[in-house]
Amino acid sequence: MSGVRVAVGTRKGAFILTSDGKRQKWDVSGPHFGGWELYHIKGSPVDPDRLWASQSGGWFGQLIQRSDDGGRTWNPVGNDFRYEGEVHPHQWYDGTPNPWEFARVWHLEPSPTNPDVVYAGVEDAALFRSDDGGQTWNELPGLRGHGTARAWQPGAGGLCLHTILLDRNNADRIVTAVSAAGAFRSDDAGTTWRAINKGLHSEGIPDPDAEVGHCVHHIAAHPSRPDTLYMQKHWDVMRSDDGGESWREVSGNLPTDFGFVIDVHAHEPETIYVVPIDSDSLHFPPEGKLRVYRSRTGGDEWEPLTKGLPQENCYVDVLRDAMAVDSLDDCGIYFGTTGGAVYVSSDAGDSWMPIVSDLPAVLSVEVQTLP
Amino acid sequence: MIRVVLPAHLKTLAGVDGEVELDVPQPVTTEAVLDALEARYPVLGGTVRDRATGRRRPFIRFFACEEDLSHDPADAELPPAVAKGAEPFYIVGAMAGG
Repeated sequence: MSGVRVAVGTRKGAFILTSDGKRQKWDVSGPHFGGWELYHIKGSPVDPDRLWASQSGGWFGQLIQRSDDGGRTWNPVGNDFRYEGEVHPHQWYDGTPNPWEFARVWHLEPSPTNPDVVYAGVEDAALFRSDDGGQTWNELPGLRGHGTARAWQPGAGGLCLHTILLDRNNADRIVTAVSAAGAFRSDDAGTTWRAINKGLHSEGIPDPDAEVGHCVHHIAAHPSRPDTLYMQKHWDVMRSDDGGESWREVSGNLPTDFGFVIDVHAHEPETIYVVPIDSDSLHFPPEGKLRVYRSRTGGDEWEPLTKGLPQENCYVDVLRDAMAVDSLDDCGIYFGTTGGAVYVSSDAGDSWMPIVSDLPAVLSVEVQTLP
Repeated sequence: MIRVVLPAHLKTLAGVDGEVELDVPQPVTTEAVLDALEARYPVLGGTVRDRATGRRRPFIRFFACEEDLSHDPADAELPPAVAKGAEPFYIVGAMAGG
């Protein structure tokens, strides 16, 4: 029987959760890299035994770890992330120029076609790629060289490149998102980039319709529809059907349209999931009720999913990379909380159960569907 | 031989217990010790010194002979007791938090 492997990154280490296709009984291994921050762990779609982990900390900097046995053992690979060419300033929070400076890797995106190729989204915002299994990293400097880059300002979490979408049928297409600059698309494998923020409207910035300056929290797409992008912005859930050329709001009847995660059902490209969070000043669910909202219409019309989730006294957050879907016939949905719980639904969100409930604060959740 | 004591997380990364002993060419400086350390244990590259600038990471401190050497120039000679191997060179993760 096929199974699943869930890779969980937390504030104090990594955990690997495995189960068979029923997803009722779970084995938990970890902590791996105890005491370190694991911003992201993700497996290769080509080689399921290969996983990548971003291991970092305030004391000892950034490491990248690679596993070639499904997360049982790990080996450090290259951690030399140097910006290429001119390193110009971006805007600091107070509007003054601030030098671009590497801080950490937020997101690792393995190639859908080559197990030795992996992309890294870093803070301060830039996109790197390794073609040799993570031993060496090279920046794709066109993004940081975008004409608007000197005006980019960090979000509260830093000037981070946190979203990387690759198109398995078109290696030239890459979509990224930077907080708090916005979304960007390349159609030449990362050489040149365009800001794709038309239609985003952000009340908190001087020009709400500016080309850049939008605090995009996460973007998701179904593999079969690379031109349909779903975005959880700081405020507003957005949708594009033309690869980001234009966006429209699909927040509809959500109780609040602030949040971080957004994801798409593995088999239904119009079924999407978000976890509404009260506001940017509270960062916990409305009314203390942890609710996933599902839309089967690609947005606008949403239904709360609550069965098995705490419906009182719940004041956790769900961070931008902390939701994932598996591709079993009954699509599984997963998310982790800053309270240390990881929940699974094996029926597309109708009901939920905690896999674990007392991990360190969860930073990322990814899942592999195993043969 | 130069004796080096690593903080716990870096011992784990390097796969060592106890002190590390290194051959370091004269003159024995912080820079020379760290060069030898990273040559022996490449995984420690970037964990003590910033990759791009070569500077000590902010929450790393260097001690030897009961003195804080963190702010000494990287090319300053370390105390003779360290150079002779009588005393270890300590790489310390700073106490930081709240």
